[in-house]
Amino acid sequence: MLDLVWLIPALPLAGFLLLVLFGRRLGEPLAGWLATLMVAGSFVATLIVYVGLLDRHHDERVFTQTLFQWMPVGNLGVDIAFLVDPLSLTMALFVTGIGSLIHLYAIGYMHGDERFSKFFLYLNLFAFSMLMLVLGDNLLVTFLGWEGVGACSYFLISFWFTRESAAVAGKKAFVTNRVGDWGFMVAMFLTFAAIGSLDYLDLFAEAEGLAESTATFIALMLLVGAAGKSAQLPLYVWLPDAMEGPTPVSALIHAATMVTAGVYLMCRVNPLLAAAPDAMWVIAIVGAATALFAATIAVAQNDIKKVLAYSTISQLGYMFLAVGSGAYVAAVFHMVTHAFFKALLFLGSGSVIHGMHDEQDMRRMGALRKLMPITAGTFIVGWLAIAGVPPFAGFWSKDEILLYAWEKSPVLWAVGLVTALLTAYYMTRQVVMVFFGRPRWEEEAEHARVGPAEEHAQEPVAASGAAAELHGDAAHGGHGGGRPHESPPIMWIPLVVLAVLSVVGGALNLPFTSDLMVLEHWLEPVFGEHLAHAHVSTAGKWTLAIIATVTSLVGIALGCLVYERRKVKAVEPKVLEQGWYVDATYAAAVDGPGRAGFDLVTTGLDAKIVDGAVNGSAGLVRMIGSRIRRLETGFVRNYALGVAIGAVGLLGWFVSRAVV
Amino acid sequence: MEVTSTWYLVLGALIFGIGSVGLMVRRNPLVMFMCIELMLNAVNLTFVTFARSLDDVAGQTVVFFVLVVAAAEVTVGLGIIVAILRRRPQATVDDVSLMKG
Repeated sequence: MLDLVWLIPALPLAGFLLLVLFGRRLGEPLAGWLATLMVAGSFVATLIVYVGLLDRHHDERVFTQTLFQWMPVGNLGVDIAFLVDPLSLTMALFVTGIGSLIHLYAIGYMHGDERFSKFFLYLNLFAFSMLMLVLGDNLLVTFLGWEGVGACSYFLISFWFTRESAAVAGKKAFVTNRVGDWGFMVAMFLTFAAIGSLDYLDLFAEAEGLAESTATFIALMLLVGAAGKSAQLPLYVWLPDAMEGPTPVSALIHAATMVTAGVYLMCRVNPLLAAAPDAMWVIAIVGAATALFAATIAVAQNDIKKVLAYSTISQLGYMFLAVGSGAYVAAVFHMVTHAFFKALLFLGSGSVIHGMHDEQDMRRMGALRKLMPITAGTFIVGWLAIAGVPPFAGFWSKDEILLYAWEKSPVLWAVGLVTALLTAYYMTRQVVMVFFGRPRWEEEAEHARVGPAEEHAQEPVAASGAAAELHGDAAHGGHGGGRPHESPPIMWIPLVVLAVLSVVGGALNLPFTSDLMVLEHWLEPVFGEHLAHAHVSTAGKWTLAIIATVTSLVGIALGCLVYERRKVKAVEPKVLEQGWYVDATYAAAVDGPGRAGFDLVTTGLDAKIVDGAVNGSAGLVRMIGSRIRRLETGFVRNYALGVAIGAVGLLGWFVSRAVV
Repeated sequence: MEVTSTWYLVLGALIFGIGSVGLMVRRNPLVMFMCIELMLNAVNLTFVTFARSLDDVAGQTVVFFVLVVAAAEVTVGLGIIVAILRRRPQATVDDVSLMKG
C-alpha cells in the first residue's frame, strides 16, 4: 500500500492539468468540484499510505520511493523521490484533509467570480507543490515544492490583480520570499559541499559527524529560508499584506499549510539541528520574539483578516520556539491544531466578509451572532481554541510548547506567556467587535441611504483598513447594502467540521499518561534521541498548565472588560496599528540608502567597470583593426607578392633545415 | 652534351620565375592569367622530371590532377574576366579592388 505514495501529489497535479486544458469549458461549479475531488482523492491516498505505514513495526516506518532520476550531474545525483515517514505523512494528512475542506468552502466563496476555474487551477497546483515539499526525499525536491508554493502564493494573493493593492501585495510576498530562498539555496550548496549529497537520509546519517560550525551555518541558512516562508522576524512583512488574496487562500496557504513549511523543514532536519546547539538558541529566540512582536501588533488592527494574519505570525513564532527548545513533537502538534483552528477562524472571517457583502473593517460589524449563528458559533470555538482555554485543541499544544520553553529558559517561557495573554486579549477583541455589541453596520446602511455624497466621508475608514474585498461580480453588487446573512451550507459545513476538530484536536497528544500521547509515540522514530524531554515534576507541569490557563482567562476577561463592558478605555496606539512602523522603515531603508546603493552599483560598478571592460575590448579590437586594414589594398599583385614572399620564406626554411 | 634532369629543372625554375614576376608586374587580366598557367606548367615539368629520375609514377599522377584543376580554374577565371571586361572594356586588374580595407 505504501507504493501508492506517488498518487498523493499526482492527483492534484492531474487536477491542475485538467483544469488548464478544460477549466473554462467546465466552468462554475464543475471546475471547483473537480479540484475538490482531486484533493479529497489525494487525502484518501494519504490515508491508505498511512494504514500501510501503520502495518510496519514502530521503528521501521521509513519508506522511500524513487520515481525517476532527475539530474545526474557528476557527483550530484538528485532523484524525484518520496520519503514517507511519520512526520511527512502527518503533514500530508492535514494538508490534504484541510485542503479539501477549504476547496469545498471555496466553491461557495468564489461563486460568481469571472475566473472561477482559474482559482481552482491555482489551488490544485498549490496542493501539488505543497505535497512535493512535504514528501520530498531530498532538499532539492523540497525546494521544488517550496518554490512551487511560493509561486502559487503569488498568483493567489494577486488573484484580483486589477486591484492595485493586491498586485503590490503579491509582488511583496514574492520578493520577500526570495530573500528566504537565498538562505535555503546557500544551505543546499553547503550541504552538498559538506556531505556530498542532498538526500535527507544521508544528511541524517552524516549530521553527527559534521563540524559544529558547518552544522550551525547550514542550520542558520535554513532558518533564513524558513523565516521567509513562515513569516518570522525580520521577513514576516509579506504575510499581513497577503490578506489581499481571497479568504480561502488566506486560510489554506497563509494559515494552515504553506506558512508551516518552515517549521516542517526545521523538524525535518532535526539531526542537523542537534549538531548545532547555538542555532537552536537562535531559532528559539527568533520564534519567541516573533510571537510577542506579532501579538502586540494584532491588538490594534481593525481589519478582520489582518488580526488573524498577525495572529498566524505569532502562532508560527510559537512553533519556532518549540523547535528551538527541541520540542519537535510540540511544534508539529501545534502546527496541526493551529491548522484546525486558524483555518476555521479564517474561513469564519471569510463567511463574515461574504455575509457582510465584502466588508472587512471590524468597526463596521457587530452583533452578527444573531444573523450568522453557525459562523458565530464556530468562530467562537476557534476563538476559545486559539486563546488556550481547556479543553480546546489550542490549549494542549500551546501548553506543551510553554512547558518545553520553561525547560529551555524561563525568559522564553515568560515571553510565551505574555504572548498567550495578548492572544487571548486580541482574539476576544475581535470576537466582541464582530459578533457582539451594537450592530454598527446598520449605521453604515443609514449613511448609505442619505446619498452618494456621504460615500466620500467614509473613504478614510476604508483606506485605513485593508481595502474591502471586491469580488467584481454582479451577484454581490446586486444586493449590496442589504442585511448581513448566513452563508450557504457549502461554506458552513467545512466550518463545522473544523470546529469539531478544534474541539477534539487536543486528543492527539494528551499529556496525562504515555499511552495518551499518541502523536509523540507516532513521531518518535523521526526525532529519536534528539527530542527534548521535560524534567519538570508532575506538580510543576500542573502549575505551569494552571498559570497558562489563568493567563488565557485573564486575557479574555480583559478583552471583555475593554470591548464588551467598555469599562476600560481601549488602548490602541498608532504605533501598533502601523505595526511598529516596520513596513515604513523597510520602505524608507530600501528607498533611501538601498536605492542609493543600487544607483552606485549601476552607475559606478556596472556602467564604469562592467561596461568599461566590454566597451574597452571592443575599442581595442577596433583600433588594431584600423591599423591592420591598410594591408588590404585590394590589388591582386599585392596579394600575389604576399604569396610569393611566403613561398620563398617557406622554401628558405626548408633549405636551412636541410643544410643544418 | 647530354640533356640531364638538371636542364629540365632549371627550365622549370625559369618558367616559374617568369610567370610569377609577370603576375606581379602586369595589369592586363588575360596576361596575368597566362602567367598563372606558365607557373602551373613549370611545376608540372618539375614533377615529370622527378618522376622520371626517381622512377616514381606518383609524380606523373599529380600532373594529371594539376591539369584537371587548371582546366577548371581557367573556365571559372575566364568567365569572371569576360564578365568584367564586358561591363568595363579596357579595365585593368587594379580597377577591381573592392577588397580594399
